[in-house]
Amino acid sequence: MLNDLTDAERKALAQCRHAVLGTDRPLRLDCGVDLGPYRVAYQTYGELNAEKSNAVLICHALTGDQFVADRNPITGKPGWWESIVGPGKILDPARYFIICSNVLGGCLGTTGPLDTDPRAGQPWNLRFPVVTIGDMVRAQAALIDHLGIPDLFCVIGGSMGGMQVLEWAASYPKRVFSAVPIACAARHSAQNIAFHEVGRQAIMADPDWKGGDYRLHQTTPSRGLAVARMTAHITYLSEQALQRKFGRALQDRNALGFGFDADFQVESYLRYQGSTFVDRFDANSYLYITRAMDYFDLAGAHGGVLANAFRGTATRFCLMSFTSDWLFPTRESRAVVHALNAVAANVSFVEVDSDKGHDAFLLDEPEMFRTLSGFLKGAAAVRGLGSVS
Amino acid sequence: MAAPIRVDLQHIADMVEPGTRALDVGCGDGALLAYLMNFKRVDARGMELSQAGVNACVANGLSVIQGDADADLRDYPDAAFDYVILSQTLQATREPRKVLEQMLRVGKHAIVSFPNFAHWQVRLRLVFGGRMPETTSLPYKWYDTPNIHLCSIDDFRALCRTMGVRIERSIVLNNASRRINLPPLLANLIGEQAVFMLRRD
Repeated sequence: MLNDLTDAERKALAQCRHAVLGTDRPLRLDCGVDLGPYRVAYQTYGELNAEKSNAVLICHALTGDQFVADRNPITGKPGWWESIVGPGKILDPARYFIICSNVLGGCLGTTGPLDTDPRAGQPWNLRFPVVTIGDMVRAQAALIDHLGIPDLFCVIGGSMGGMQVLEWAASYPKRVFSAVPIACAARHSAQNIAFHEVGRQAIMADPDWKGGDYRLHQTTPSRGLAVARMTAHITYLSEQALQRKFGRALQDRNALGFGFDADFQVESYLRYQGSTFVDRFDANSYLYITRAMDYFDLAGAHGGVLANAFRGTATRFCLMSFTSDWLFPTRESRAVVHALNAVAANVSFVEVDSDKGHDAFLLDEPEMFRTLSGFLKGAAAVRGLGSVS
Repeated sequence: MAAPIRVDLQHIADMVEPGTRALDVGCGDGALLAYLMNFKRVDARGMELSQAGVNACVANGLSVIQGDADADLRDYPDAAFDYVILSQTLQATREPRKVLEQMLRVGKHAIVSFPNFAHWQVRLRLVFGGRMPETTSLPYKWYDTPNIHLCSIDDFRALCRTMGVRIERSIVLNNASRRINLPPLLANLIGEQAVFMLRRD
């Protein structure tokens, strides 16, 4: 299984907690394929209490990972949500048992296209079945079963993580006491799909991609993956933030170069974003996970009526969006709120005023922190969770 | 958590049976919601127009969404709540009658409070002062008031008759928000605000 990994990846996986699931009963994927056994890599923080009532599942975004609050072994960077998770933070391991797993199709230890197909004895690559947000959530549910947790106090995530939160609430309403989908939507829009398609085409147009078999040829489609990341990165920032940060400032020069080097700082910044991304992410994984997001349509899966996805739900919801997020704008969250109102669900919705665009959910946003803290406090009181001792 | 709430809100809270479901439309800072949750075990939700108000409510652990009475009540299913509450907001809605209809559809009971535009001070200021009335419950200048559909207590009763709505309870409050018991004609003169509990017939 671990045959064709780089040293860095090997090291990462060695450090990674994981469960091998689906040995007895494979995972039936939405595409009809039975997958099993499969690995789910995950991190946990804190302890499960005696009542098993304090478990929190964090769902990561497209290029996120399970290292929420500890150093990513590949990049060496701090956890991606240390502003929220950690001692004295809103999600405090002294109070909650916090779980985050790498998504199905991912490249940080959970089964995905870079693993070996046990039947064929060779890497899956593009022969890996196309997975959906629903499949990712079913794999997470299997992990939660494996950990002996009957139901989750909270499922929380932003962007694609928010999609998983919505899927959890729709598929396992009795196992989700509270749900916090942030900066997301109940379906991918045409524009969302369009941007992803540009990224995928960039990867597939790279001659080093080799039809997905680049490991076999000992190449890496770095240029394609970098362009995909550059395109996506623009969608994560607001126009104001980009303008404020870079404007038309020049990079290491006083005048235009009359060539195609990175004259502008914004070009240099994007090139840097692209080049660092290829060191930590697998190109085929990127194809699969973007596809999963494109396929997500919660209303479509429930007869075209989003409210049907939540009928009878007792879950407490808290949605958040950001004013300058044009990738998952506020109206997408509002559509979910309308659907939840239509079934008289317990729902809070806050639009946070921020000029940081879609990425705001990963950044220092005091209003988001206040909202999350208040919502969890209220939910914990109803759940009967004691305060931190 | 034991902080007292505004007297007019207390009158509304007293009409709500413990352990029920309530939606407070225009919930402001969430004072009534918090009271209903903490003291009456009510499953209380809120809707508030100002995003700052919503954010403050949610940060205090209350279930509140941004929305307004005119546009957003129609999302809810029939009889989703035992009570739909609209305090001091009816006069600021675009279509008060439609809002009342929606409240009575979504809630088994509707509780409405509003300032009485036939209060003697209002009458005096208009008749003898010749100016648009400004009182404690109507503190705005004519050009910046949110109150676009003011009515008197008798006007409201007449609307209920027209709509065929049953008035389950009604109380009239004086300037100090104390309850006063007077015959209707006098109540419409002395009452500064009124609280009605309604249901469909």
